[in-house]
Amino acid sequence: MTTHVRPHSAFQPDRLLFVIGAWLLALIWILPLAYAIWTAFHPSAYETRFTLLAPLTLENFQRAWNAAPFARYFLNTILLVTMVLTAQIVLCSLAAFAFARFEFPGKNILFALVLIQLLVMPDVLLVRNYATMRTLGLVDTILAIGLPYFASGFAIFLLRQTFKTIPRELDDAARVEGCSWLGLLWRVYIPLARPTMLAFGLVSVSHHWNNFIWPLIITSSVETRPLTVGLSIFATTDSGIEWSIITAATLITSAPLLIGFLLFQRQFVQSFMRAGVK
Amino acid sequence: MFRRDWLIAFTFLAPALILLFGFTHYPAIQTLIDSFWTTPRGRRPATFAGLGNYTRMLEDDIFRRAMINNAIYAAITIPTSVALALAMALFVQGRILGRGFLRMAYFTPTVLPLIAVANIWLFFYLPGFGLFEQLRSWAGFSPRNWIGTPDTALYAVTVVTIWSQAGFFMIFYLAALQTIPPSLRDAAAIEGCAPLTFFRRVTWPLIMPTTLFVSVNATINAFRTVDHIFVMTQGGPNNASMLLLYYIYEQGFRFWDTAYASALTVVMVTILALIGIGQFFLLDRKVHYR
Repeated sequence: MTTHVRPHSAFQPDRLLFVIGAWLLALIWILPLAYAIWTAFHPSAYETRFTLLAPLTLENFQRAWNAAPFARYFLNTILLVTMVLTAQIVLCSLAAFAFARFEFPGKNILFALVLIQLLVMPDVLLVRNYATMRTLGLVDTILAIGLPYFASGFAIFLLRQTFKTIPRELDDAARVEGCSWLGLLWRVYIPLARPTMLAFGLVSVSHHWNNFIWPLIITSSVETRPLTVGLSIFATTDSGIEWSIITAATLITSAPLLIGFLLFQRQFVQSFMRAGVK
Repeated sequence: MFRRDWLIAFTFLAPALILLFGFTHYPAIQTLIDSFWTTPRGRRPATFAGLGNYTRMLEDDIFRRAMINNAIYAAITIPTSVALALAMALFVQGRILGRGFLRMAYFTPTVLPLIAVANIWLFFYLPGFGLFEQLRSWAGFSPRNWIGTPDTALYAVTVVTIWSQAGFFMIFYLAALQTIPPSLRDAAAIEGCAPLTFFRRVTWPLIMPTTLFVSVNATINAFRTVDHIFVMTQGGPNNASMLLLYYIYEQGFRFWDTAYASALTVVMVTILALIGIGQFFLLDRKVHYR
């Protein structure tokens, strides 16, 4: 807690307990991942036998990779998150700019309607959104997975907050120079909002990389399925698949985000924090 | 002049708002309307059912089970996640041995897909085989099927939810703890104030807004987080781990009873709306703490 500020006494039993508690919790928390890594890198005979001399192998990864079209799933997920993020940044920057810098009738009501989406997300309105996609003829397309998330109330809110902190003198200066509104947004606002964009980007990418229920419902073929759905089908199709292969597939699915997180820990944590503290 | 400004503003807003209305507001309203009709089947069009779907809900044992389960799920995940998140933040806030590792260990589950880690947890719980079972057999207990037994399935799933979200909430507490002025701590140290007293009298009241914020998020998650159910239990055994959102999925996309699924969705949206209203009043009242 706050024990580190106490200057005296070399040995503090409560401090020791504190450190032990912290480590115990951390070990419990990392255990599932550590265990998955153990299983995936060893032959299946060592699934529950822990000896230091167990032979390492990449065979599980190879077999998992070949057992299901993971390359295609990867491509689908990458297409999905890129498309969603690009659309969100473009659409939500425009909307946030209008909310931050213009006066127009109905502004407050419209903004309140935007905020409703923070609570009632498309994730919950599955049945009706499926019907909409069917009407649009988009069922089983990657576009359909992303479309409900393009207009993110969260992104509009976040960017509006950031845009509002930009001094209006910059607007006037740019307008006097003959800069159009779009030019102003592109040259002044978006560059200045880069930290917010990065924060939102990380949150958005990890959310859509991990999203499951909506993609499960709206996709039905290998060409459209993202990794999460592909993995769930792979892991449940038949129970004969060895655990070591399933865990290898699990790690394959999580690897890009996990590696990204380990490399850019600070940015990740700060992004999630910035995006969450409103 | 003013009119031109309006026009520009609406042009900027239009693409986002059209999509927002199309996939949030319109479906919310249409779902409410659909919930008063029957499901169209084949050539038979939907007919007006009045409150039919809702009276059915009252007699539906699985729905009641799902609501009770969801209440238990919320009652466990919310306080446990919040308490663990706070403990984690306190652990790694100051200087401690291996701080970088601890932080990483706590936060990692947040970036992993829940559907993927559900596979790993599934293996943990395997009767007579998984890791828990190995520990239990060392301790001399008999094998137990954690997710295959109605008594334990819900709790097995609950543990995974707590594990996956506590580290995420930790970072909000870390941010809040950073805002506590060091001078308060120095003053307390000079006064000989015990760490526990300092926490109770200074830290806890100061981070109250964060606790509320995190609790609201945990509450929303308690109704939204069901991905792992698909892999681990599929609502079973015998609906023991059935949760509301999973039930909506089952009715809507397994049995294709869209009208009943719409009525269930209305219940869900109502719950979320109540949380939103509660948040508004709670946060509004406590905001002067800052």
